[in-house]
Amino acid sequence: MAAPLTLLLIVAVTIRAVLFRSSLAELISERVEVVSPLNAWKRVVEGLALLDLGVSPYSGDVFHETPLMIYLFHFTVDYAEIVFMVSPYFVDCLSCLLASLDRAKIFRKQKYALESDRYPADCLELLRSPKEMFYIPLKVAMFYLLNPFTILSCVAKSTCGLNNAIIALFIFCTLKGSALLSGILLALATYQSIYPLTLFAPALLFFLQRLYIPVNLRRSSFWCFTLQYAFIYVGSLVVITGLSFFLLGSWDFIPSVYGFIFSVPDLTPNIGLFWYFFAEMFEHFRLFFICVFQINVFFYTIPLSIKLKEHPVFLIFMQIAIISIFKSYPTVGDVALYMAFLPAWSHLYRFLRNIFLVSCVLLACSALFPVLWHLWIYAGSANSNFYYAITLLFNFGQILLVSDYFYAYLRREHHLTHGLYLKKKDGTEATLVLK
Amino acid sequence: CCQRHPGSVDQFQEELVIRPLHSGDIYASFQFRTLWDTDFLQERQKVSHYRLFPKSLGQVLSKFSVRELHISFTQGFWRTMQWGQPFIPSPPGAELWVWFHDTVSDVDGNWKELTNVLSGIFCASLNFIDLTNTVQPSASFKPLGLGNATDHRFLRYATLPREIVCTENLTPWKKLLPCGSKAGLSVLLKSEKLFHSSFHSQAVHIRPVCQDEQCTSKAWELRQTLNVVFDLYTSGQGKKEWSLFKMFSRTLTEACPLATSSKVYVDITDNPEGELFELSPATPLLSQAVVLGDRRTYSVFDLTRAEMFGQLRSLNLLLRWKGDSGDMLRPLLHAERYVAGFGLQTGEIHTVIYNNHPYRAFPVLLMDSVPWYLQLYIHTLTVTSKSRDNKPSYIHYQPAKDRHRPHLLEMLIQLPPHSMTEVTVQFERALLKWTEYTPDPNHGFYVGSSVVSALVPSMVAMNTNFTQDQPLFSSFVPVKEESSYFVRVYTEPLLVNLPTPDFSMPYNVICLTCTVVAVGYGSFYNLLTRTFQVDEPSLPLAKRLANLIRRIRGVPLLA
Repeated sequence: MAAPLTLLLIVAVTIRAVLFRSSLAELISERVEVVSPLNAWKRVVEGLALLDLGVSPYSGDVFHETPLMIYLFHFTVDYAEIVFMVSPYFVDCLSCLLASLDRAKIFRKQKYALESDRYPADCLELLRSPKEMFYIPLKVAMFYLLNPFTILSCVAKSTCGLNNAIIALFIFCTLKGSALLSGILLALATYQSIYPLTLFAPALLFFLQRLYIPVNLRRSSFWCFTLQYAFIYVGSLVVITGLSFFLLGSWDFIPSVYGFIFSVPDLTPNIGLFWYFFAEMFEHFRLFFICVFQINVFFYTIPLSIKLKEHPVFLIFMQIAIISIFKSYPTVGDVALYMAFLPAWSHLYRFLRNIFLVSCVLLACSALFPVLWHLWIYAGSANSNFYYAITLLFNFGQILLVSDYFYAYLRREHHLTHGLYLKKKDGTEATLVLK
Repeated sequence: CCQRHPGSVDQFQEELVIRPLHSGDIYASFQFRTLWDTDFLQERQKVSHYRLFPKSLGQVLSKFSVRELHISFTQGFWRTMQWGQPFIPSPPGAELWVWFHDTVSDVDGNWKELTNVLSGIFCASLNFIDLTNTVQPSASFKPLGLGNATDHRFLRYATLPREIVCTENLTPWKKLLPCGSKAGLSVLLKSEKLFHSSFHSQAVHIRPVCQDEQCTSKAWELRQTLNVVFDLYTSGQGKKEWSLFKMFSRTLTEACPLATSSKVYVDITDNPEGELFELSPATPLLSQAVVLGDRRTYSVFDLTRAEMFGQLRSLNLLLRWKGDSGDMLRPLLHAERYVAGFGLQTGEIHTVIYNNHPYRAFPVLLMDSVPWYLQLYIHTLTVTSKSRDNKPSYIHYQPAKDRHRPHLLEMLIQLPPHSMTEVTVQFERALLKWTEYTPDPNHGFYVGSSVVSALVPSMVAMNTNFTQDQPLFSSFVPVKEESSYFVRVYTEPLLVNLPTPDFSMPYNVICLTCTVVAVGYGSFYNLLTRTFQVDEPSLPLAKRLANLIRRIRGVPLLA
């Protein structure tokens, strides 16, 4: 395992180094699919330049990074390339590690279930064998490092890579079982962009499962642990926010960063659903639809947590996917994060229904994005509707992908409890439907 | 009601300067000045008796506690390289800058009301001036009149480059004059000729001034200026021969009776012996003045003397060219601006400033006000002179806030002698909400002119003495020192295209986006609320009806 992993790392470093030094680097860092007003490198440099001029970076509407980013980049702006090269490896090594952690956990669970005869006889082929799971960490690493989306995001020096690293570190600490670190890192991830707040529920469920505390609202042990974890999380969030206040001595960063994420004033085109919707919105309904779209990101948490309370790792994957699709300024870096976890569910392949359609849609859209952007902005022969259509299709493809994996997961769970080959009352082969 | 505050004397002066330009065009500059020693800002006694000073402006000054007001409406762009420096510079479109008194507590509120009131007085759409195009320059617009306030919180500056000037603006402007358009020099102001020109600019400047050298008493000065440049080919029919009748289709018949002085100056500096052009009627009166760093000689026609008008009671100045004029003296300071780049995503603003002085370097103050929808990136700002980096010694940058205020960039740049300095800054174009576009969005959006202000070294010693009978054109800008004179150069306004959404699509967009969100919601809802069940096929309708009947009869049901 070490040798293929090393080879993979070398290949990935080479690709990125070549792209960094070529003329494509500047082209990529201007692409709206790869950078957004929240995480563009150009804006970080602009913020630092404003700080040098003696003007607060938050006094204008150009800089929307958190103060800790200013801290970080103030010292490393000359070594920015190295920072951005390192972060995907960080993410990737972590994903690797957590895939292997997950694997160990799965094996343990399967062993217990087998020994307790919980599985029906004919679904032994659904169980995951060590042999097939051996290469999953490597596949996860490959899916992340060699994903064109990640490479583009890294070469563009978008701070999305750093956000992904924090989220990956958080998942790693959660799977390792350290509640303190997990709480702190979740607070850091929430501080960077609000949406990882929804990852609190899956992390909590994971810890409860690990500590064998049943998820019962009437039990005091449940509340005891929940409050502890919430306290760690909220406490670290308060500390980090306080530190940010002391950096520039003002609370300006709150409306500039969080107010910006929530109220979506900047309508720069991106791969998300917000920009054109609010460009064409009647002023009267703007607040209403902002609330609707933002609630849309958060409100899947509780139902999903209820349905998937036995499966927190899959829940984490679902939450990250939902955040990446429905957030206000998504970029391909966010898409790459949840796509990296897809090899961990490779055993669901037999139950996926639309995988061919989805992959075709996503590939076609990724190819069409730059073409239609060029036609709109540079050639002038298309208009914004063309780019908007591809945005819609891309998000539709992502939604289809995520719901397909969800369907496959639920179906496998159903088969594990009821048997793989189901028969109707008269003995003929049955079909399974959702009712 | 007729009680006049003792000593509240007002006087009115009018003058016209005619300057032939080297390109064959002719430049006419009217100035009408009313001086009134009164105090609008006095709390105790409201001014109520207006004689020469227009009441509408006086009431505006006292209501909004205005200390200085400068408003100009310009059609066309002043070509510095061909025409030299104007007496009163102005940018294309409308420009308004006001210094408020430091007793004002809510400057923004006063500014908003002031722009609306002025919009009514001048029949112009100054109500488009709001906080999104108003800036507070820190150094470029110091008070031109009395006042030592340097707190730029009381200064407001705004331009409307898109504003068009027409007869509708000229008429209320003429109404503010004491003699209206009935007598004196203002009879020449006929709109059909004035707007058929290369450049037309009318302005109103109000400021407090000193009455004498020691500044023991103060007065309010109202100057109405009108600068017009008539083109050789469109107005002059190609013939190098100009007369008042040809320019204005009127001749002068009398001086304004309310004026203490009414003069016409013709610039004959390039024509000392009369070899270049011939001026008739000839006049023995000559005057010399140092203006814009040069000593110029003028033939003076004093309209208060009745013999000026001759037997026909009309004065028509005639200039007939005999020979070709030589090269023009290059203006010492000149600036240009343009947008570079392609596509609707990014661009670059280039401002080029020329210092044509052969051996002296001098600093200039460059002020740029860029609307918020062009997001400037100040880290890309480069200033190069003679292909070397030239770091500005003072940079004041206020970044824009979306939909609240524009960018303001002020820099003090030292221009090396005989050089070209280029200032470049990159910007990104924003996509606006569909209601924020102008009715013709593909026309583009205007960016107001940059202002370059400088104290240019003068070839000739400037006159710092305070004399009451100085000609108006040389006393507009206060001269503080002998060796330099103040010059303000405005660059071209820019026209920038922004990416537009499709304006016919609001309903469609809402439907389609909500559909995609609903697809997501629907799939998740199904997966969350439904469970997997083995599909038992339902009986066909006939069998179900039969089952119903069987149930009633109490007989076993069909499978």
